[in-house]
Amino acid sequence: MNKATFRIWRSDGTTGKFVDYETEVSEGMVVLDAIHQIQAAQANDLACRWNCKAGKCGSCSAEVNGMPKLMCMTRLNDLPLDKPVTVEPIKAFPLLKDLVTDVSWNFRVKKKIKPFKPRAPDAPDGTWRMAQEDIDRVQEFRKCIECFLCQDVCHVLRDHQLHEQFIGPRFLVHVAALEMHPLDTENRLPELKDAQGIGYCNITKCCTKVCPEHITITDNAIIPLKERVVDEFYDPLAKLLRKLKPMTNDAPAGVKR
Amino acid sequence: MAEYPIIEHDVLVIGAGGAGLRAAIEASATGVSVGLVCKSLLGKAHTVMAEGGIAAALANVDDRDNWKVHFSDTMRGGQYLNNWRMAELHAQEAPARVRELEAWGAVFDRTSDGRILQRNFGGHRYPRLAHVGDRTGLEMIRTLQDHGIHQGIDVHMECTVVTLLKDGERVAGAFAYEREKGRFKVFKAKSIVLATGGIGRAYKITSNSWEYTGDGHALGYYAGAELIDMEFIQFHPTGMVWPPSVRGILVTEGVRGEGGILTNKDGKRFMFDEIPDAYKAQTADSPEEGWRYCQGDKNARRPPELLTRDHVARCIVREIKAGRGTPHGGVYLDIAWLKDKVPNSVEHIKKKLPSMYHQFKQLADIDITREPMEVGPTTHYIMGGVRVDSDTQMSRVPGLFAAGECAAGINGANRLGGNSLSDLIVFGKRAGEFAAKFAKENSNMRINPDQIEEAARTALAPFERGAKTGASEPGPYPIQQELQEMMQDLVGIVRREDEMVRALEGIQKLWERAKKVGVYGNREYNPGWHTALDLTNLLTSAEAVTRSAIERKESRGAQFREDYLNKDAALGKVNIVLRRAADGSMEVRREPIPQIRPDLQQIIEEMK
Repeated sequence: MNKATFRIWRSDGTTGKFVDYETEVSEGMVVLDAIHQIQAAQANDLACRWNCKAGKCGSCSAEVNGMPKLMCMTRLNDLPLDKPVTVEPIKAFPLLKDLVTDVSWNFRVKKKIKPFKPRAPDAPDGTWRMAQEDIDRVQEFRKCIECFLCQDVCHVLRDHQLHEQFIGPRFLVHVAALEMHPLDTENRLPELKDAQGIGYCNITKCCTKVCPEHITITDNAIIPLKERVVDEFYDPLAKLLRKLKPMTNDAPAGVKR
Repeated sequence: MAEYPIIEHDVLVIGAGGAGLRAAIEASATGVSVGLVCKSLLGKAHTVMAEGGIAAALANVDDRDNWKVHFSDTMRGGQYLNNWRMAELHAQEAPARVRELEAWGAVFDRTSDGRILQRNFGGHRYPRLAHVGDRTGLEMIRTLQDHGIHQGIDVHMECTVVTLLKDGERVAGAFAYEREKGRFKVFKAKSIVLATGGIGRAYKITSNSWEYTGDGHALGYYAGAELIDMEFIQFHPTGMVWPPSVRGILVTEGVRGEGGILTNKDGKRFMFDEIPDAYKAQTADSPEEGWRYCQGDKNARRPPELLTRDHVARCIVREIKAGRGTPHGGVYLDIAWLKDKVPNSVEHIKKKLPSMYHQFKQLADIDITREPMEVGPTTHYIMGGVRVDSDTQMSRVPGLFAAGECAAGINGANRLGGNSLSDLIVFGKRAGEFAAKFAKENSNMRINPDQIEEAARTALAPFERGAKTGASEPGPYPIQQELQEMMQDLVGIVRREDEMVRALEGIQKLWERAKKVGVYGNREYNPGWHTALDLTNLLTSAEAVTRSAIERKESRGAQFREDYLNKDAALGKVNIVLRRAADGSMEVRREPIPQIRPDLQQIIEEMK
C-alpha cells in the first residue's frame, strides 16, 4: 500500500499551525477519504464539514495545495503525492476550527435580497407557462450548491474583506436567477448598484474558474446584470426613451426588464 | 446546577430537509412561532441528493393519469402493507404541492406547451415525475429554503438534538448541543415535528451522508412513540461500485427512465428473464417495445428495468452471485447504447443527466455517453419509521409529530421512486399544519431540570471516560464501522434467521462497548464526540430493523428471506410494530392493517 502525507491546518480559531499526517492511499481515493482516515485513526477531533461525498451539497469546501476545491471531488491521482498535500480552510470567512469556517454571513446576505415574486398565473387552473429555452439560463444558475468557493476566491471578499459592501459572486448569481426568471416581477437593480456593490466586480473571473458546477458566473450572470444596471441608471438615451414610452411586464414575458 | 439558555417556540421542527422545511413553512404561515433545528448547514440536507423527481399526477404528459392511478401504483409497490389513507392523501395532494413549489420560484423542465414536464420512473404507470434534469432534490430544497427564510422561522444550524424532554405524557422540548462550541441548548416547545431522515449510516455501503444515523427514529422511540415497518429497507439497485471511495453513491433511476438498460458480463439484458406476475400485464415483452415506451409511445409498456426497486435489486444480486457480474462486483448500466437510436445522443444524455455525467467523469473516469457504468445495490431508504396518524402526522405521544423518511406508513413494503420527494411536501405540510394547531390549542409545558441534568451528564460522559488514562474503548469509530459491516452482512438484501440472531447478539455487545467509549479533545467542533453520541441512535435503529426483520417470517417487498422465500398471506395483513417496554426492552408485536375503505379497494381492483 502506498502512503502519502497530508499537511492539515489545525487551529482553535485563534492560533494554528500545519500538522503532517501520513496515511495509506489507494485507487480512486479523494482528499475527503484521506481526511476521514486521519480523523478515524489519528485525530478524532479533526473538524471538517462534509455531507454527501458526491459534489452535490457543497459542504466540504477547502483549499487543497492552495486551490479552492471540494474535497470530495478532488482525486488524489490528480495531485503530486511525492510531496505533502496541503489542506487548509477557505480564507474569505473567519475560522472556527481546523477546516471549518464561519459562513453565516452568506445566510444573512441572502435574507436581504428581495425574494421571488411571480406575476399572476397564465392559466385558469393557477399554473404558469414557460418555454424551456427561456429557462435554460435560470436553470444554469440554480445548479449552485452554495459551496461558497466563488466567494472564497473573489479578491473583493478574500483580500479586501468588503463583506459590508459586496454580496459576492454567489449572490450575484442568485440575483441573476431571480431577475431572469420569466415569472418574477421584482426589480432588484437599485440594490445591485448600491448596497450589493456590483460595481466592485472587475471581471477577473476567478469565481468562474473555481465553480464545481461550471456555472459561467461572470459571463452569464454578472456581466448581464452590470449591463442592466448601466442601462437603468447611466444611459441617458435609455432614460429618455423610457420617459416617452414606458414598458410593461405582461405575460408571456419576452425580455425581462 | 448548570444554567443553559432556554429557547422557546410554539413549534420545534427537528431536521431541515424537504419535510422539515415544508413543515416549518406551513406552521409559521398559521402565525405561530417556529424553530427549525438542523445538524448541518441550511440547504445541505440529504434532500439535495434526490435526483429523479417528484411524483404527482399532474397529467401534463399523459392525460390518462390521475390520483387514482398514482394511489394504485403506490399501493401495489408497497405490497398493500401501506397505510392506505396516507397513500390516498398523498396521491390527491401531491399535484397541488408541486404547483405550489413553482409558485415559490422552482423552475422545472418544461413540456413543449410550457407546462411542468414529467418523466417515467419505476412502478409508475404513466410519466409522473416532475423534475429538473437530474437535480430535482436540490431544486426542491433550495426553493423551500429561499421561501422559508422570509417566513420568520428561527433557524438553528449545526445543532444536534440529543434527547426529547417530556412533561408527563406530552413532549415539552428538546435538549441539544451546537457543533461549533459544543454548548448545550434547551428548546421549549408545545409541539415537535421529527423530520430527521433515514438510517443509512447503519450500513457499510450506503448512499446516505453522515447525518443519517436514525436520530428521529430513536428520539421518537425513547419518547414513547411506536416504530412501524422497520424491517423494510430499500436497497437501491444502482449505486456506484468502483472506485472504493465512491461505493454506494447513487446512480439515479432516471438513467433507466431515459432508456438505460441493465446487462451482465455476457451482455445479456437479464431483467427480461424474470418478470413478477403482478407486473406482467404492464411490462414490455421485448427490448424494442421497452425503447418505444421510453420515447413516449403511449401504446408501449415499460421495460423491465423500470420494475420496482426491490425486484431489480434482487435480480442484480442474483447475477452477481451467479458469477455473471462485472470485474468490480456489479452489473452494467448502459445508456451509451442510445447512440444507435437517437442522433446527437451525446448532447441528449448530457442534457438530461448532467450530474450523472459529471459524477462518473470526475470520480470514476468514465464517460457515460460512450461506455457502460458498473452498478450494484446500495442502502438507500428506510420505509419504516415513527408511526403516525394518517391525516395529522401525530404519533401516539401527544404533541410529537413526524414527517418524511423518519415517519412511516405511506410506502408499505417498498417505495416507488419519486414518491419520497412528494411525501416530503405533502406530509411535511400536514405535519406543520397540525403541529401548529396543536400548539394553539394546548397550554405550555414545564421543562424538568432533572431531565436536563441527566441529558447533560450523559452527553459529557464520553469526555470523562476519555480523560481517564487507558479508556477501555478509545474512540467511537471502530464501533461504528463494526456495526456497519455487521448490518451489511447479516441484515442486508438477503436475510436468514440465524444470521439476524447473530446480529442481535452483536448489537448487544456493541451497546456494551458504546457505554464505555471515551473521547479526547474539547467540545468545540469535535466530530469524535458527535459520533460517540450518534452511536445510541444507530444501535437503537439497527436493533429495531433486526428485530422486525426476524419477526416477519416471509419475503415481501423489500424484505427477502432465504429461509422464507414466499409470501405468507397472514403476514400480508399485518404491520410489525415496536415500542419501548417499561423495563426498557424493545417490544415487538404484529398489528392487523385496518380494513381498507371499499371505494379505495375498488380503485385498486380496477387498476390491476
